[in-house]
Order: sequence, then C-alpha cells, then structure tokens
Amino acid sequence: METTEIQAVMEAIIYVAEEPVKPEQFREVFPDETMETLEQALKAMVEAFNARPGGMAIREVAGGFRMTTRPEHHEQIRTYLKTRPNAKLSMAALETLAVVAYKQPVTLAEILAIRGKKSSSALHTLLEKNMVAIVGRKQVVGRPILYGTSKEFLIHFGLKSLKDLPTLEEFAQLANEQL
Amino acid sequence: MDNDQDLSPDTREPFEGNGVTVRLEAFEGPLDLLLHLIKREEIDIWNIPIARITEQYLEYIQIMKDLNINLAAEWLMMASTLIYIKSRMLVPQEKKEDPEDEDIEDPRHELVYQLLEHQKFKNAAEMLHTREEVENAVWNKPPADALEDANEIVDVSLFDLLRAFSEVVRRFEEQQVMEVDHEEVTVEQMILDIRNRLLLHDTILFSSLFAESRSKRHMIVTFLALLELVRMHEVRLRQKKTFEEIQISKKKETA
Repeated sequence: METTEIQAVMEAIIYVAEEPVKPEQFREVFPDETMETLEQALKAMVEAFNARPGGMAIREVAGGFRMTTRPEHHEQIRTYLKTRPNAKLSMAALETLAVVAYKQPVTLAEILAIRGKKSSSALHTLLEKNMVAIVGRKQVVGRPILYGTSKEFLIHFGLKSLKDLPTLEEFAQLANEQL
Repeated sequence: MDNDQDLSPDTREPFEGNGVTVRLEAFEGPLDLLLHLIKREEIDIWNIPIARITEQYLEYIQIMKDLNINLAAEWLMMASTLIYIKSRMLVPQEKKEDPEDEDIEDPRHELVYQLLEHQKFKNAAEMLHTREEVENAVWNKPPADALEDANEIVDVSLFDLLRAFSEVVRRFEEQQVMEVDHEEVTVEQMILDIRNRLLLHDTILFSSLFAESRSKRHMIVTFLALLELVRMHEVRLRQKKTFEEIQISKKKETA
C-alpha cells in the first residue's frame, strides 16, 4: 500500500480510538507491512500532522498516540463548552504520587519515610482516581501492599512512559539550589 | 463547590503574613514546615542554626495547638528529634584531624538529607502539577460509539458466562488438587482485586481470574464478584466468537 494511504488510515484510526493507539496495533490493520515500515510511516505522519498550524495535535501518551486539541486554545474551548477546569489533585496527593512514581513498587511505610507524614488518605484518593494500583506484596514480615502507577497515571499527566519523567537527580539538583 | 475550585490553586502557596499564619495545606507535614522556615530565613541548609529553628518550630506547634488543630504524632516526633539534635550540638565535640570525619559526626546531617529528599519530591510533585495543568487544557473526544462492538466481537450473555464458569470448575475438579482452606476471601475483596487487575491490564481473560483459585469457594466468590461488576456496569465482557475465551475489560466512563 502507498505510504500516504497508510498514513491517512493511521490518522483516522488515532482519531476514532478511545485509548492511545500503540504502533503494534497498526500491525493488525496492515498485516502485510513490516513493523519498521509502519513505524516510519507513523513517525512521518505525526510530524507532518503536528507541523501544520491546525487545532489538533497528535501526542504520544502512555506508549501510544492520541489526537487532542492544543493546550493554547483551552480558553476558547472552555468558553464554548461552558466548562471549568477539572478538579485537580491536591498537593498532598501529587507529592504522594511523585513518591510512588519514582520509587515504585513502594509500600505505605516507605512513602511515610520520604514524606515525613502519614499518607494513607492521599494514597486512597489516588487509588480511587485510578492513578495508583496495587502491584503486589512485599516479601517481608506483614507482607505490606506494594503500590505502583497505572496507565491512567501516564494518560493523566501526558507521559509517553515512565521513562518520560525527568530523572530524580534533576530534582535533587534543583533542591540543592533552592536550599 | 464553585468556591472550592476558586480557592484551590492559590491556597497551596504558603501564605506569608506576620509570621503567625498557619495553613495546613501549605504545611502538609513537619518537613514542609522546616523547609518553609529554612527558606524564609534564608538559612544555609548545611549549617542550620538548630536552636533558632527548634524554637520557631515549637512556636508553630503552639500556634496550631492554640487553634485546636489536631496534631498528628509526626509533628511531636519531629519536635523531639529537633530537641535531641540541639542537645547533641551542645555537647562539645573532640576536634578531629580529618575535617571529613567531623562532617559525618554532625548530628544535623540526617535531618538535612531528609529535608533534601523531601524537597526533591516536592519538586517532582510540582512538575506533575504543571503537566496536569497542560493535560487539563486539552481535549480528546472520540465518537462515543467508535469502539462499540466491532462485527466479530459479540457481547457475552449470562448463559455464556455460566457455561464458562462451569467449564472452569470442571477443569478444576479434574485436577483435583487438595482443597486447602486458604484465607477466606469476600466478594468485596474480590471486586477490589478485579478492579485493580483491570488497572494494570486493559483486558483480562475470564479463565485467568481463576488461575490462582485453590478451592471451589474461592472460585465462586470470584465469579460472584465478576457478576457484581457486570451488574454495576463497571466491566464489559466480550468474546471474539461464541464459545471462545471471554475477555473482561473496563467499561469506558461516559463523560
């Protein structure tokens, strides 16, 4: 199939998809093409799509691609939709989430040690919002629950993968400068 | 409701008043208060005037007590840590030849590392906050019915489900391992367990739900939990063809 046609189909699929579309998923649609061909076509399509000054962008999130509006138009879109920004996570929840994201799999006691305060209610909120999931139990006395971040976490924060997070060293450096 | 939203972004900032302002959101925990004091006083973190900081810390605790704020145990633990460090500082240290050695002996260092670690994660939280703001400013709106059952996918009826369950039980009985009475699991716990699994995987196979079952009771509880999730419209059951393996996936929230 012509590359331009493949690219057009990819764009359409990303548009209709509910979840970010993973490159492998295009393989099901184009069984005759190699993964390499598909990935190249996808990359070029995304670049070209995002280069045009349109209202939509294709972004890489949680290991897949999704089509969204551009952040710079949020005011006008909100005016049209007559909505307010979603309730955001509290700073306590964000801090707890940061600890989980960087230290996962992590227990409640380990979170407490870093934050220096009880974090069970913040963690509860995160579990409720599906940002955090139980990933297992630590093989120590009491077998405490281990927590990790979910796919929802990546989507909520627009991350390609956990590797997309800045390293902790960067924040350590910043902390040293701040204090 | 509206008020909450109006307040939320700004109340996070520590409010700098006449030195006696307490905001619990700002001073999440004792470490936050210490960081705040250190920044406000422009103190060198590697040389914290522990007596002064302890005094200020205790003042804040007093204010919070006066305001009838219920102080969690960690606030008092930190107070005792500070007082302990202060007392250790008063004990004259023998002069060491190697200045590095002296460094390690500094009773403040453990606290300093804890503060730096905490600041590090506060920065990470700040980064998440910024990302969240950006994500809140974009929309993606797929056609609601876009993924509604493609042709070859059929929704599963209650009878398919019962048949699949009896199949699982039959296979279990064939192997007939010993029925050990494990910890009793409740339907509620099982519901949480299935929800959690669906957070980690987009779809799970019906049979995999029972992979760890060692007793028939456990299987029944699992099955009831699944039925409950179906009833609450939390999960969606599908199979590619009749008699094929049933797949369980989260039902998309209708925004």
